[in-house]
Amino acid sequence: MSIVYQRSKGLTNAEMHYCPGCTHGVVHKLVAESLEELGLIGSAVGVAPVGCAVFAYNYFACDMQEAAHGRAPAVATGIKRPHPELTVFTYQGDGDLAAIGAAEIVHAAMRGEKITAIFINNAIYGMTGGQMAPTTLVGQKATTAPYGRQKEHYGMPIRMAELLSTLDGCVYAERVAAVDVPNILKAKKAIKKAFELQNAGAGFTFVEVLSTCPTNWGLTPLEAVGWLKENMIPYYPLGVYADRAEAK
Amino acid sequence: MAKELWKGNEAVAEAAIRAGCRCFFGYPITPQNEIPEYLSRHLPEHGGCFLQAESEIAAINMVYGAAGSGVRVMTSSSSPGISLKQEGITYIAGAELPAVIVNMMRGGPGLGNIAPSQADYFQATRGGGNGDYRTVVLAPATIQEAADLTQEAFDIADVYRIPVVVLADGMIGQMMEAIEWHKPKTRTLPPKDWATDGTQGKRGHNVVNSLFIDAKDCAEQNRKLQAKYDRITENEIRLEEFLTGDAEILFVAYGTTARIARAAVLQLRSAGVKAGLFRPVTLWPFPEQALRKRAQADSVQAVIAVELSMGQMIDDVKIAVCGAKPVRFIGAGGGVIPAPAELVREANTALGRQEK
Repeated sequence: MSIVYQRSKGLTNAEMHYCPGCTHGVVHKLVAESLEELGLIGSAVGVAPVGCAVFAYNYFACDMQEAAHGRAPAVATGIKRPHPELTVFTYQGDGDLAAIGAAEIVHAAMRGEKITAIFINNAIYGMTGGQMAPTTLVGQKATTAPYGRQKEHYGMPIRMAELLSTLDGCVYAERVAAVDVPNILKAKKAIKKAFELQNAGAGFTFVEVLSTCPTNWGLTPLEAVGWLKENMIPYYPLGVYADRAEAK
Repeated sequence: MAKELWKGNEAVAEAAIRAGCRCFFGYPITPQNEIPEYLSRHLPEHGGCFLQAESEIAAINMVYGAAGSGVRVMTSSSSPGISLKQEGITYIAGAELPAVIVNMMRGGPGLGNIAPSQADYFQATRGGGNGDYRTVVLAPATIQEAADLTQEAFDIADVYRIPVVVLADGMIGQMMEAIEWHKPKTRTLPPKDWATDGTQGKRGHNVVNSLFIDAKDCAEQNRKLQAKYDRITENEIRLEEFLTGDAEILFVAYGTTARIARAAVLQLRSAGVKAGLFRPVTLWPFPEQALRKRAQADSVQAVIAVELSMGQMIDDVKIAVCGAKPVRFIGAGGGVIPAPAELVREANTALGRQEK
C-alpha cells in the first residue's frame, strides 16, 4: 500500500480550532507544504498575528513568534535582520495587516524587507465576531456596519496587493483565492514562489489570499465559496501585481 | 585606562556596542538623537544592524522579534516615544524576552518640551503597559554610571529574561563628562535555548508568545513572573549613600537630582547642618528596606524627596519610610531644575531653623 497523501511535516499534530468551511486550514497547509518541499522547515520562522490565526504558532512546525496586533512585519524585520539565513514569514488577516498594521506592512515593503507576508483577506474581523474590516465590501453587513458598509462613511475597501505593488521594494505581489482546486493550486504556486524569491534575496514578497468566513458571513461553507467568487473576486481581481524579480 | 570625554547619549550607545548589542531599532526624538546617530555609524562596523523604524511602535516590535531570535538588542527614545513603545514592552515582558530600553526623559505631559525631566518614574517603575509586570529600572547619575549601567543592563536582561530600562534624562543625555571604560562584573548567562533561530531539524519548534488563553495558564504565567520579580528584588537592588551615617536631613534623589542634592548636602554640612543623600540606583526594585532602616535612625529628623517631577518617587519613599519620619518634597515639572539653595532652604525649614 502506498501513501498518496499525508499531513505536511511543516504542520504539528495540534488540532486546529478553525470553523467549518474556513479556509485558514487550507492556507496553513499550503504554507507548510511549500516550506517542506523547499526544505525550509528547520530554517524558517513564522510570525503569527492577532485575529483568527492567533494560534498559528501551535500549528506550524517551524519556530514561531506571536506578534502584537498588526506588528508582525516589524517583528519579522527584527528576526530577519540579524538572521539573513532564515526564511521569515508573517501570516496576517485583514484587520491586522490592512488596518492597525498598515504602517508596518507598507514600510516593510518599502524597505524591501526580505520576508514573505501571507495576507488572508476574508473581508471581515473574524475572531472578534464579525466587525467591519477595511476590506469589507460596500454594502456588506458587519456587526459594526449593521446596514452594510457605506461608501460615504468609510470609503471604498482597500486593495493591498495593488497598493504594495507600487513600492519598488515589493518584488512580488500576487492575489489568489483559496476556494477550489485550480485556485488552491495557484495559491500554493504563489506562496512557494514568494519563499523562493525571499531566499534569493530579491526583496519583500506578498501573497494575498481571498478567503471565506462562513461563520461571520452568515453562510454555509458552500454558499461562502459562491459569495467569494461572485462578490470578492470582481472587486479584488486575482493575478500578479508586482514581479520585479526579473529586474534584479 | 585613560579618561575620555564622552557625551551621555554617545556613551550609552558605545556602551551598548561594548556589551555585544547586535541590533538597534529606533525612531528620532529629542533629546536622545545622538544614540541612534552614533549607532547608525558604528554598529555596522561591529557587524550589527542599525535600523530607523517608521515609528516607535514598529521599533519596539522589531526589538521583540530580534530579542526573540536570541540576539542582544536595544532601543532608545524619550518620554512621548516611550509611551508609544509600551505596547511592545508589555509583550516583551509577557514573552520573557531580554531587551534594553533607554529613556532620556523630557518634560510632559503630552508633547511637553525637550528639557530634562523625571516625570516618567511611575510609567517606568510600574511596568508602563497593560498587565502585571515590572521592568528593571536603572538610574544613572553620571556619564560614567550611564556607560557602566548600560553595559550591565544587557547581562541583567539575559539572566532574568526581562526588559531592562535605563532611565535617565535630557541632562544626562546631553552632558559631557570624563569617563573610563570598564567591563561589567562577569555573570553566568543562561543559554538562549528558547530562541526562534530555526529548529535545524534538531529540536521541537520554539514559540515566543505572551498569549495564555486558558485562565489557569495565564494565572500560572503571572505567578512565574512574580517569582522572577521576587528574585530580582532579592538580588539586584542598588543604592548609594552619601554622608548619611549621622544625617538629620535625609535627601532621597536619583539621577540628575541626586547631583543637585549632593551639592546641597555639602552646603548644609559647611553650615553645620548634618545632611545626607540616599540615592536609589535601581528604581525598580526600589531599595525599600535600606531606606526604611536609614530613615528610622534616631538622627534623622526629616526625609526630603527631590525630583524633576511633581512628586512620583515620593510615593515609594513614603512606603519605605512608613510614617517613621516626616517626608517633604521639592521638585518641579516641565524642565525647571531646582538649585541647591532651594534644597538648603527646605532642609532648614524642616529643622525649624532660620537661614543665616
